Amino acid sequence: MTRQTTKSIFWKGARDAAPFILVVGPFAVLFGVVAHEAGLDLLAVMSFSILVIAGAAQLTALQLLVDHAPTVIVLASALAVNLRMAMYSASLAPYLGEAPLWQRAIAAYYLVDQSYGLSVLRFEENPHWPVGQRMVYFFGTIAPIAPVWYLCTYIGAALGSSIPEGLALDFAVPITFIALITPMLRSRAHVVAALVSITVALTLAFLPYNLGLLVAGLLAMIAGAEVERVTKKRAAARGEAG
Amino acid sequence: MIDSAQLWLVIIGLGLGSYAFRFVFIGLIGNRQLPDWLLRHLRYTAVAVLPGLVAPLILWPAATGGSPDVPRLVAALVTTVTGLATRSILMSISLGAAALYLGLYLAG
Repeated sequence: MTRQTTKSIFWKGARDAAPFILVVGPFAVLFGVVAHEAGLDLLAVMSFSILVIAGAAQLTALQLLVDHAPTVIVLASALAVNLRMAMYSASLAPYLGEAPLWQRAIAAYYLVDQSYGLSVLRFEENPHWPVGQRMVYFFGTIAPIAPVWYLCTYIGAALGSSIPEGLALDFAVPITFIALITPMLRSRAHVVAALVSITVALTLAFLPYNLGLLVAGLLAMIAGAEVERVTKKRAAARGEAG
Repeated sequence: MIDSAQLWLVIIGLGLGSYAFRFVFIGLIGNRQLPDWLLRHLRYTAVAVLPGLVAPLILWPAATGGSPDVPRLVAALVTTVTGLATRSILMSISLGAAALYLGLYLAG
């Protein structure tokens, strides 16, 4: 195996992440437009994208704000969408845990779906990378993503008012969410979680303050985890028997 | 209109909370192993919350005053099927949007 230089590893990360520009860019534009339509000024729109950098959670919060849900419900629902970041953090900890604290503090800010997904894949493939090179790869993946995220949010917010009514932008949010969810349905447990979530949310839609969504999220999470546990147990039993 | 104080509370609260989630393990716990049951539940959070958020928006869209609307239902279906078949976010958004505009055009 040829020794990889730090520079080449950075560019490898950037190259791996480049195709995601096609997803991140339009998503950021969408958030900018929808936030502008909801009456947010440029400062608020940009603060959202810079402080939170998580499109799904931002759109969730925005949707609930428009519905006049109470602050606690808005925060709880949007944070629930971002709970997966804690899982990403847990999953990368064995790879990055030994880097200096300041590096980990910056990496945490940039921990998003794309940087996580690519990093965990490459770290598994390249167990010989020392922690420093892993960090370099991680920041390489973020190099094309983060600037596009900020810039396209700005473009969306600036374009906002010039988008015609006929574009039915109200439905861009549901369509984008569906497109984000379907690739997540990797196993039976994920499908069960999604179905429980939909059923409970629709059944409890009459509850005030969007409380139904919180209950749905909680029950669906438990359902997914339970299906996974049972599936694994059965697989293990089969393995022993046969 | 969204209340400005509430808006900023949400932006800052969501920013701090999201950062806390991202930092908690790589920053504080380092490379200690976490209990299985916790990781197992965390794995399903996104797929547990997002479908429940979207389902009412699809069935009862605000743009039609909350009554179900055929072009929007068809667009949602096309997006779902494309996403399941191709696993491509771009492809399912594109075909879903195409179905929506075609439906709205046909519905006049």
